Amino acid sequence: MTGAASSARPALRDNLFARAFRTKTGAIAGGWLVLLALAAIFAHLLTPYEYDIQQLSAAYSPPSLSHWLGTDEFGRDLLTRILYGARISLSVSVISIGLSVLAGMVLGAAAGYFGGRLDRMITTVIDLSWSFPEILVALILVAIIGPGVTGTMVAITVAYLAQFARLTRAQVMAIKSETFIEAASGLGASHRHILFRHLLPNAITPVLVSGMLATGDAIILEATLGFFGLGAQPPTPSWGAMMSSGTALLFKAPWIIIFPGLAAAITVVSINLFGDALIAGLDVRSRPRVE
Amino acid sequence: MGLLEVDRLSVGIGRLTLLEEITFEVDRGEILGLVGESGSGKSLTALAIAGLLPLIGARVTAGAVRFDDTDLTRLDEYRLRKFRGRRIAFITQNPMTALDPLQPVGEQVDVVARLHLGLPADVARSRTIEILTQLRIPEAATIYRQYPHQLSGGMKQRVVIAMALAGEPDLIVADEPTTALDVTVQAQIIHLLTSLVRERGLALVLITHDMGVVAQCCDRVAVLYAGRLAEQQGVRSLFAAPAHPYTHALIDCIPKDGMARGSLTGIAGSVPSVAHFPSGCRFHPRCIGRQSVCEASVPAATALPGGAVACHFPLNGDARHG
Repeated sequence: MTGAASSARPALRDNLFARAFRTKTGAIAGGWLVLLALAAIFAHLLTPYEYDIQQLSAAYSPPSLSHWLGTDEFGRDLLTRILYGARISLSVSVISIGLSVLAGMVLGAAAGYFGGRLDRMITTVIDLSWSFPEILVALILVAIIGPGVTGTMVAITVAYLAQFARLTRAQVMAIKSETFIEAASGLGASHRHILFRHLLPNAITPVLVSGMLATGDAIILEATLGFFGLGAQPPTPSWGAMMSSGTALLFKAPWIIIFPGLAAAITVVSINLFGDALIAGLDVRSRPRVE
Repeated sequence: MGLLEVDRLSVGIGRLTLLEEITFEVDRGEILGLVGESGSGKSLTALAIAGLLPLIGARVTAGAVRFDDTDLTRLDEYRLRKFRGRRIAFITQNPMTALDPLQPVGEQVDVVARLHLGLPADVARSRTIEILTQLRIPEAATIYRQYPHQLSGGMKQRVVIAMALAGEPDLIVADEPTTALDVTVQAQIIHLLTSLVRERGLALVLITHDMGVVAQCCDRVAVLYAGRLAEQQGVRSLFAAPAHPYTHALIDCIPKDGMARGSLTGIAGSVPSVAHFPSGCRFHPRCIGRQSVCEASVPAATALPGGAVACHFPLNGDARHG
């Protein structure tokens, strides 16, 4: 869309994140996420340590001034490893959920809008994968593809696909019967126009909400796969793998499991809270009637 | 020759026949009222004209919808789209939900003009504001930027009409355009539609169950009952001398001045459902003048001056006034 269409819309789009940040929870949660993302990106500048250089003389050091969050069983700085781990955790979860939402919306919208045989085909496959727990789907896929970052991303993408496809399909089917869709058809709108200009924008909000929530879940799923040794492979740090190595040392060096866990927990909560704030800003109907 | 000729049109879903041999025509500058109770097939006829039957899973089983000598029932979806909005505009039933809640209303009007007239965005925009102003929307430039939930029902209906006009169509099919509006706004909208027809030489098919609206603005009236055309006449003769007992009963349902309290009658019974259409004349179970033949055979359409009626015992002049 160009011209008049886009000139009136930026007001909605540009302010979306700003709106979310203006709320208190949105500011705190978003602040954490931005900070974490920046720290992950600039990890190599922020810390004097390397994530993969072992220093056995410093193993099991509790938090101190030189190692703020302590060190692990190989004497590696935990803060450094958490920051580098954030690279994996954040990018893997955000990218895979992004792909999952995209693919799920395409499948769901096609099924819901066109119906018929296409709908039955898509729905059958989706329902089949829906009947397995996400972790099981993910484990099976990782077993097929092999452990590592790529396997984890594919696993997460597919594991959550069913959720987004079903949600989009249900939304599209509900909105399809609205009068304004009939009106648009009656005025000569094409399938493409109806799908992309009317159906998807109206269907997207709940899908984004669930995508946001799923991103939090995906961080946990990624950590779980890491915990089982199926995620990013050593020495690449991942929060799940770090926690996994910490289990054996729960009483001797509790910080090894606590800090990565805490990082994951705070991040998941922040994503959910920021998601809520974002959704509130997305709803044009919440705006005052008089401008 | 009318601009739009609906010729013995039949519509069905699966094995059910919903509309049977509907025939009428409309010309430029003319308003045809399509009346009947809920369930008589009015909206279905509108969908059939716009070629939108697939939306509800129905299809044309026989007959033709000729628009400017093109049979719309033979066009594929792609070619039909060139007619919809550009030549034939369809105004849907409920203005409250006929606009996309997520787009400023002005843009929704723009899109139609840009699609069908190929106008650049800024031209479409100023044209939209112009149309909105012509439809007596105050401060059209402000309304342009508003979202549907920020407008009243009457305003929304005007925007919906603006959308219909944006493609400069020759024919407008309006499906109960005033149902959800209160009476004063109803009158304004009807007045607006009427003046558009007169000033621009549009043809209008006005679907309504409000006989008062019909009397006010239509030139001719087609009365539908249970998927068949009961009667078609000029508006004056229809009200002065209805030939079909159903039409007569419908007219009797209009409240009039000086009526005694409690004397307003309805029509006993209700429109039969498609699965249980009665034999013969479908109105016979509710008709006060029914005879055995009404149950046995379907009445053929017989010509009236300027119209037709499908009844074994059409009311004659005397009875009509009686």
